[in-house]
Amino acid sequence: MSEPTGLAWVALSFAKLLAIFVVYLGTVAYTTLAERRISAWIQDRHGPNRVGPQGLFQPIADGIKNLLKEETIPGSASPWLFVLAPALAFVPAFVTWAVIPWGAPLPTPWGTISLAVADLPVGFLFILAISSLGVYGITLAGWSSNNKYSLLGGLRSSAQMVSYEIAMGLSTIPVLLLAGNVAMGDIVAQQQATSWNAVLLSVAFLTFLVSAFAETNRLPFDLPEAESELVAGYHTEYSAMKYSMFMIAEYANMMTAGAFISTLFLGGWDIPFTTWDSTGAPSALKSAATFAMLYAKTLFWLFFFIWVRWTLPRFRYDQLMALGWRVLLPLLLAYIVLIASVLLALDAVGIGRGGAYVATLFGVNVAVVAVVAFWLDRGRLVSPAASRLQVQELERLRQVAARRAAIAAAGSRGT
Amino acid sequence: MSGTRTIEVQLSTTGLAPDGTPQRVPLAVDTAGHLVPVGAALPAVEPDLGGEHMLINIGPQHPATHGVLRLVLELDGETVVRCTPHIGYLHCGFEKIGEYRQYNQIIPWTDREDYLNSIGNNVAFVLSAERLFGIEITPRCTVLRVIAMELSRIISHLVWVGTTAIDIGAFTPFLWAFQERENVYNLLEGWVGARLTTSATRVGGMAADLPDGWLDGLRNFVRTFPRTIDEVDRMLTKNGIWVGRTLGLGAMGAAEAVNHGLSGPMLRASGVAYDVRKDEPYLDYETYDFDVPVGTAGDVYDRYLVRMEELRQSVRILEQAMRRLPDGPVNVDDPRVILPPKHKATSGMESMIHHFKLVMEGPRPPIGECYVPVESPKGEKGYYLVSDGTSKPVRWRIRPPSFVNLSAIPKMVEGHLLSDVIAINASIDIVMGEIDR
Repeated sequence: MSEPTGLAWVALSFAKLLAIFVVYLGTVAYTTLAERRISAWIQDRHGPNRVGPQGLFQPIADGIKNLLKEETIPGSASPWLFVLAPALAFVPAFVTWAVIPWGAPLPTPWGTISLAVADLPVGFLFILAISSLGVYGITLAGWSSNNKYSLLGGLRSSAQMVSYEIAMGLSTIPVLLLAGNVAMGDIVAQQQATSWNAVLLSVAFLTFLVSAFAETNRLPFDLPEAESELVAGYHTEYSAMKYSMFMIAEYANMMTAGAFISTLFLGGWDIPFTTWDSTGAPSALKSAATFAMLYAKTLFWLFFFIWVRWTLPRFRYDQLMALGWRVLLPLLLAYIVLIASVLLALDAVGIGRGGAYVATLFGVNVAVVAVVAFWLDRGRLVSPAASRLQVQELERLRQVAARRAAIAAAGSRGT
Repeated sequence: MSGTRTIEVQLSTTGLAPDGTPQRVPLAVDTAGHLVPVGAALPAVEPDLGGEHMLINIGPQHPATHGVLRLVLELDGETVVRCTPHIGYLHCGFEKIGEYRQYNQIIPWTDREDYLNSIGNNVAFVLSAERLFGIEITPRCTVLRVIAMELSRIISHLVWVGTTAIDIGAFTPFLWAFQERENVYNLLEGWVGARLTTSATRVGGMAADLPDGWLDGLRNFVRTFPRTIDEVDRMLTKNGIWVGRTLGLGAMGAAEAVNHGLSGPMLRASGVAYDVRKDEPYLDYETYDFDVPVGTAGDVYDRYLVRMEELRQSVRILEQAMRRLPDGPVNVDDPRVILPPKHKATSGMESMIHHFKLVMEGPRPPIGECYVPVESPKGEKGYYLVSDGTSKPVRWRIRPPSFVNLSAIPKMVEGHLLSDVIAINASIDIVMGEIDR
C-alpha cells in the first residue's frame, strides 16, 4: 500500500494525465453528438445519423471541418486578446479535472496509486478557483470582438459567473462542515462512511445544481449567448477552431460540473448498497468498477443538462441576478447556520454517524426543501418581468443622454 | 470658469423635436461647471453613474426579428430608453403591381405578403373582389372557405407559438408546432397542390374542389391536433420561467390598444372583445358556434393565452364546418367570371371564345370601390379595391394588421430590458412581407 516514488511516480502521473485527458476529450466530443441526438429525440425528429453508424463519426467530421475552416479575425477586433480568449476559456475547463478522484486506488507493481491526477490537499477549492478563471475567456472574447452583441454577452457572463460563483461556493460549505476537509478523497470517504451528501445536504445539493447550470452557461441560464437576443453573444465573431474551442470548453465545463456534483453529493466513485468497493485490499477490478460508477454518474448529469436545456425557456438577466443574490445567497447563509447548529446539537447529544444521524439530517433537509418549495410556489422565486422604468425616469435618462451628447459635441469643438 | 456663458449647440439625432425636425438646444454652464440646457428642470448635480447610452441595432439581420425588421434601441445598461423601428427592407410594391393585374392574377400576390396566412389572404381578397362584382358564392364554397381560413389561422398561430417560444429560449415547442404545421400543409397540398403559396381561390369560387378522401385527412388532423396544443400548454403555460418572462410584459390597456388601432389577438388580449368574425360576419361565421377569448392585462402572457385558445376554437369551427359541408357546385354559375369547363372549351366554339376572352381580357367588375374586413390570424385584415370598370383595379390597398400592431412597439418596449424587446416583438406576431408589402 505504499505510494510510488521517484521516476515511477512521474511516469504513473503522466500515464494518469494522458488517460484522463483522452477519456475526457473523447467524452466531450461525443457529448456534442449526444446533445444533438437527445434534443432530436425530445423534439420528435432524427438528428444527425448519416456520418457513420447512427451518426457516430459526426464529432470527427465536425472536428475536421472546424480545423480546416479559415480562421477569421474581424478587422476592428483586438487581435491578441481575440485569439487568447478561446484558450483562456478552454484551459481551465480541462485543468479542473486533475483533482477529481476517478475511482478506488489502483495497485501497480510500483505501489498503490490514487486515481486522481493530483489529489491536492486544497481539493475543491482548486476547482472553484480554476473554474472561475473561465470567465476571463468569455469576458475577453466579448470585449475584444468589438461587437455590441458580444460585449453585452461578455458583460452578462462576467456578472452571472461571479454571482453564481458565490452561490456555488456557499453550497459547498455544508459539505466541508460534514467532511471536515476539502480534499476530494476525504469527501468521498466521508460519504462512504455515512450516506451520500445528496441525502444529508439536499438543499445544498439542489442549490449547487442550480449554480452549476449558471456556471456552465447552460439553459435556462445561457444568457451570455442567448441566441435570440444577442445573436450568439460573446462568440458572435468567432469561427472555425476558435469557435470550436468555446464549444469544447462549454461541454468540458458540463462534464466537470457533472463529475463535481457526483463527487461532492453523490458519493463520488462510491458504488451504492455495497461496501465491497471501499473496504479490503485495492484491486484493479475495484478500480475499474468504481471508475465506471463515477463515469456513469457523470454521464447521467450530462444527460440531465441536455434534458433541461431542451425543456425550459431562458431566464432574463435581472431575474437571474435576483435568483442568485436575493434567493440563493440568503437561503444558503441561513442553511449553513442551520446545518452547523444541527451538527453541533447532534454532537452534543452524542449521536454518532449512523442511521439516526442520517435520518435527522435528512429530516431537517426535507423540512427546508418543503418550506422553500412552498415559498417558490408563491411565485416569488422568479421575479416577474413586469418591472419597468416609469415614463418620468425614461425621460430623465433621455435628457441625460442628450446632455452628454451636447457636452461631447462642445468638447470636440474645443469650447 | 468665471461667469456664465451661453453656448448654442446643434444636437445630433438625439435632439429631435417631436415633429422630427432637428432641435437646437441652448446650453448654459451652471454653478458646478456643468453644461445644462437653458430652462430644463434638471437637478443641479446629476449623479453620473450610467455612463454612455449605447445604440444597438436589432435587425435587419437578427435571428429574432422575424424577418427584416430593424429596431434601433438606445440602451442604458440593458434598459431600453428609446426604440425606433425601421421598416421597408422587404418592400416589393405589391399594391402597385396589383394595378397592372387582372383580379384573378392578383391572388398569387396575396400569397406572398402574409406568407403564413396565404390561403386566408386568398379568401380575403376574393371576398372583396366578389362584393365588387356583386357575386353570391355557392353554399359549398362558403364552407370550403371557412375551412381554408381556419386552417390558415392554425398555421399562423402555430408558427407564432413556436417562434415566440424560441425567442424566450424554449426550443422544443417550436418543433412540435412545426410538425403540426406540416400536417396542415400536407392537407393543403392535397387540396390545391401547393403548400405555402396556395393561390387557392378564384373570383366566384375556388381553384379546386376537395379531392376524394380529403375530409378524412382533415378529420384525423382535427382529432390529433388538440393533443399537440395540450403538450405545448403543459410545457409553457404554468412554467415558472415562462410566466416570469411574459407576465406583465409590454402591457397595453384596453383604451391604449384601441387608440393604437391594434386588432386581432393583440387587441383581445387587452380585454376588447372585437373579432371581425363576430362583429362583421362574413362567410356565415355568425352561424358557427365558437368563443372569442379575451385577456385582461394585455401583456405578452395574455396574448399567448388568447392565441392558444384561438387554436382550440379553430378546431371547433373546423369540426362544425366538416359536418355541414353541403354537396353541390363550388363555383358560381356566372359566365362573367367563371371559365367554362375545359372539355367544352376545347370542343365548342362558343365556349372557346368565352374562355379566350376571360383569360385575355379578364372579368370586368362594375365601377365602384369596396373593402371587406376579415379576421386574419394577426388581426383585422382587408383588401380595398377601386374599380373603374376595366378588368384591372385602379387601386389596390391592403390593410395589414401586423403593420398597425407593430406601430405600438416603442410604446410597449420602452423602459423594459433588452431581452423583453425580443419577447414583446415576438408577441406582436409580425410578418414583414405584410408590413412592407
